[in-house]
Amino acid sequence: MEGIVKDFPGVRALDHVDFIVNRGEIHGLLGENGAGKTTLMSVLCGLYRAEAGNVYLHDSNSNSEKEVVISTPRDAIVCGVGMVHQHFRLVQSQTVLENCILGIQGSNLVVDYNAIENDIIELGKKYGMEINPEAYIWELSVGEQQRVEILKMLYRDAEILIMDEPTAVLTPQEARLLGETMKRMAIEGKTIVFITHKLDEVIEFTHRSTVLRDGKNVSTVETGNTTKRELANFMVGRDVVFSIVRPNISPGNYVLEMRGVSVYDSRGVQALKDIDIDVKSGEIIGVAGVSGNGQKELAEVATGLVGCNNGSIYIGGQDMRGCSVDGFIKAGVSHIPGDRIGVGLAGNLPVSDNLILKSYQIKEICGGLLFNKRFVDEYVDRLIDEYEVVTPGRDTLARNLSGGNQQKIVLAREIESTYRCYDDARLIVAVYPTRGLDVGATEFVRSRLVQQCSEGAGILLVSDDLEEIVAISSRIAVMYSGFIVDVVQADCVTLEDLGMLMAGESL
Amino acid sequence: MQTVDIAFWASVLSIAMAAGTSLVYATVGEIFAEKSGVLNLGVEGMMIMGAVSGFAAAYHSGNILAGVVTGSMVGGLMALIHCFVTITLLADQVVSGLAITLLGGGLASFLGQRLGVDGTPLVGLIGPRLLQIRIPYLSDIAYIGDVLFNRDIMTYSLYIVVPLVAFYIRRTRPGLFLRAVGENPQAADVMGVDVVKCRYFYTVIGGVFAGLGGVHLSLSYTPGWTESITGGRGWIAVALVIFATWDPIRSVVGALLFGGVNAIQFRMQAIGTNVPAALLNMLPYLLTIVVLVIITYFEGLRKKVGAPDALGLPYIREERV
Amino acid sequence: MKISVEPRIEASSGLRFVVMSTSILCAFMFGGLIMGIVGVDPVDTYVAMLEGAIGRPEYWSQGQFYSITETLVKAIPLMITSIAVGVAFKMLFWNIGAEGQLVVGAIAGSGVALFAKDYGLQSPYAGINVILMCLAGIMGGGLWALIPAFLKTRFKVNEIITTLMFNYVAILWYQYLFNVVWKDPEGMGFPGTAKFDGVWILGRISGRLHWGLGIALFSGLLVWIILDKSKWGYEIRVIGQNIKAAVYGGIDVNGNVLKVMLFSGGLAGLAGTVEVSGVSYSLQEGLSVGYGYTAIIVSWLSRLNPIAIMIVSVVFAGIMVGGDQIQMTMGLPSSVAYVLQGAMLFFVLGGDFFVRYRMTLTKGQRHADS
Repeated sequence: MEGIVKDFPGVRALDHVDFIVNRGEIHGLLGENGAGKTTLMSVLCGLYRAEAGNVYLHDSNSNSEKEVVISTPRDAIVCGVGMVHQHFRLVQSQTVLENCILGIQGSNLVVDYNAIENDIIELGKKYGMEINPEAYIWELSVGEQQRVEILKMLYRDAEILIMDEPTAVLTPQEARLLGETMKRMAIEGKTIVFITHKLDEVIEFTHRSTVLRDGKNVSTVETGNTTKRELANFMVGRDVVFSIVRPNISPGNYVLEMRGVSVYDSRGVQALKDIDIDVKSGEIIGVAGVSGNGQKELAEVATGLVGCNNGSIYIGGQDMRGCSVDGFIKAGVSHIPGDRIGVGLAGNLPVSDNLILKSYQIKEICGGLLFNKRFVDEYVDRLIDEYEVVTPGRDTLARNLSGGNQQKIVLAREIESTYRCYDDARLIVAVYPTRGLDVGATEFVRSRLVQQCSEGAGILLVSDDLEEIVAISSRIAVMYSGFIVDVVQADCVTLEDLGMLMAGESL
Repeated sequence: MQTVDIAFWASVLSIAMAAGTSLVYATVGEIFAEKSGVLNLGVEGMMIMGAVSGFAAAYHSGNILAGVVTGSMVGGLMALIHCFVTITLLADQVVSGLAITLLGGGLASFLGQRLGVDGTPLVGLIGPRLLQIRIPYLSDIAYIGDVLFNRDIMTYSLYIVVPLVAFYIRRTRPGLFLRAVGENPQAADVMGVDVVKCRYFYTVIGGVFAGLGGVHLSLSYTPGWTESITGGRGWIAVALVIFATWDPIRSVVGALLFGGVNAIQFRMQAIGTNVPAALLNMLPYLLTIVVLVIITYFEGLRKKVGAPDALGLPYIREERV
Repeated sequence: MKISVEPRIEASSGLRFVVMSTSILCAFMFGGLIMGIVGVDPVDTYVAMLEGAIGRPEYWSQGQFYSITETLVKAIPLMITSIAVGVAFKMLFWNIGAEGQLVVGAIAGSGVALFAKDYGLQSPYAGINVILMCLAGIMGGGLWALIPAFLKTRFKVNEIITTLMFNYVAILWYQYLFNVVWKDPEGMGFPGTAKFDGVWILGRISGRLHWGLGIALFSGLLVWIILDKSKWGYEIRVIGQNIKAAVYGGIDVNGNVLKVMLFSGGLAGLAGTVEVSGVSYSLQEGLSVGYGYTAIIVSWLSRLNPIAIMIVSVVFAGIMVGGDQIQMTMGLPSSVAYVLQGAMLFFVLGGDFFVRYRMTLTKGQRHADS
């Protein structure tokens, strides 16, 4: 792949990326969240159309490179490119077999179940992924579903297999098994692109690897000649674009205490395992970790969106057992959600409606049944002004603002709602607060958070930007597969150390 | 007493067969559409347009086949509007379906008053009709012979069509793709199935079937054209799809039940049983709700026989997940 | 060359207006086309319909407003039911069951009107009686609507189908009541209950136009205030626009589903009561003529805005009365009205696409660097 460019509204996701994979190798594709790994591979398998760039594939007939145009998933399949998506693309109510033959135009109209069943069993044996072809997908464990995804691609003779963070959903044992399978496939001559951000897996499984950062190439290296430390450096090393000093005040009372909290997700997998964490007033606790290791659930538990199965949570000393989200809000919890568009805002509602979501119940805004329109307008205008939200007016729909301004709305709403009503115990749970923002907005958001902290709020900062975490947190909790691996002092830790911890290594 | 009972049920079944034929057509059509993920609440409108155009064509040409073909084409055409509005223009499927029903009902009634000879109404005209064909020997079997083997050609067709459709959906490649598109269009798309084309195709097929259901009403069950000839049968078809849990074979059972309810109460009154007719009529609707609650609530059941996961949702590919 | 489609950031109100009027014009042209095909002069027909709906200036000057009052009589139930479904749609709850809720409301209202006397609940003042009756209707429709809402919140059962099925159950029940149980023994065999006593009847304003108009306008105003200015309306809006944001904002989604359906069904039930108390004076055939379905179209066309709903309801009622008019005077089918209403929605739905998306013609060069 050469000079690939892909734009999303307002962002350049891929900026002239080159990517070369040799035949028969396992190639690691590394990068932090949002670095463009998945986007690059989605271009390769026809889900996204690139704005610019060319794709060349090995042509076994002429034994040379040939340019191909892949504009639909079907083109990709014809070219022998198959992708195992992070979120499986399986039809739950169908069997393994049916998923395998989906999309294949056979010569026979009626499906010859027995013959195909044998083929699949054969294929499974060959690569060490035995599975019952008659099982329904919904009956299978996550690891087994993943095997179906891979089998599906092998069944249609994919030469290039793209695995998008395949180990994120697996247990360590399953991950090791997957590694074996990949090696076996490579020996059989398949080419594998392995997207991940777990460094030990890269070292263990891959032959070569490429690191992306902010939609650009950083480096391609022989895995044998590199170290985890070097890779971690490639991944996170970026220019420091700002200088905000972490607040230097002595912590006060506890605003958040979690004791032995465990949570199971909808699939019954334990997402949080026996978590102990506390946040004091005047303190920023950074939560670092590769996404999918429990940070999301941690934030949801701390804000009451998800109830914990075990353990207890105290907000400002108050036991929150059985409280609704509303209860958490009223206890003084603010939440800057990770998914700004999906959760944080109602895009089709005007700026003003979005700004009062957390304070619409307070007396000044709504004393009885009706809103105090004049107060709301003043309040909203003040927030727009104070938080430098660039908008044509308070009636503009939130979705029409830029990402930075949308985030300022969320920030303003969350900070002000606690500020106004509930003065003593304030907890701000900020999840990826600067993701996808430009430099100016990023700096704005960070400085406001720091300011809040120095005025006495306790902040739980979940971020995948290690720079950010190190710069403004006082302590950093590192999460890995649902555990808090370690809690370290921010001023005596290096990015490399954090990278190691995030990969589940101890220091 | 014993013989009276059997004769009673045989006659109920016979009426149910006649009344149920159009229901089966419409339901099978709706199963096609819903399996591909398109909720079509316009069945009623498609049926009634099929009924009026089918009858008009048959009347003017004197040819039954012309009526059947026209009616089914018109049904398909109505479905095409629904496809364009919901799949291409991404409008809401519920609203579009309701508008099809409204438009179809109005248009059919309008045309019904103008499509007779020289712009006179169709009402009261007697046109060609599908005749019952008695199959020798088989129809002489006691009780069920008359029920099963003294029917018109459209009912006989169902003997082949229904198992064929069931087999097509369950066991063939295109049937497999169809189910995948309705369950998880993303998955189907990455595997190279053209989601848009598939949805268009099966929704239009669904319209054709709905049209045929209407044709059967105006050419066989209640020959001729009357204003509200479909009498809500399109909505019953929508209910039947759920009742049958998206299975063509079971839809026959449901259609017989819905079709038979009227017959039963009629006969019951004749022999003096005093069950309120209204209660009996409500039964199928209430049963549908019960079925819906059961298949929604029990997760295992929902995955096996529940509604297609992507039913009613538009599909746009380049969405950032 | 290829056409590329992309979402439009913000459509100007000018564009909206142009698209909307073009769509409606197209709908009338479509109707005209159909008439042309079957040999009817569209212009004559439309003029006759307009006269049927609003009358003629020379009648007005003589103080005859028959056409206008007829249109308004039809507009009343349509208005109330449209507002009712509009509230539910605002929360993205698909209440297709307004027809059934209207019928149950009428049953409840009629029940009170017919039998309250037996329990000594009849007041000599019509005002009090009618209020009692309306409350019964609201309760009836509301509780009826609460069943699908409960099934939704408790079992996650799709409300489109349940509300739809309940329409038929309600209508069958209603037919059973006026045909059998509550049938007037002195009704000469005609199906229907006895006429209500005079104290159970809504007063008239002019012609057949009754004070239900006031109730309808009041409902519209009330809902407008609720949706636009109240805390509850705010919660409904947020749930409808982004249910995840609502949960995150601490809004009780299930509770609101129940409350909103109680309210929406209650309004539809009120429409039914007003209809029996203001027009038919008894429970009889002809109550369920599809107001509940037309209401869905009306509220969608009005973009769920209560004020717009009131206007569109009058327009739709006018089209229906105009349809009746051409049936009487020109011998043309009144169903033209439904053709126009259905076509209108389609063209507006289609037109919506041009408001939401921008289409541009581009030269189809994929590899050009941007």
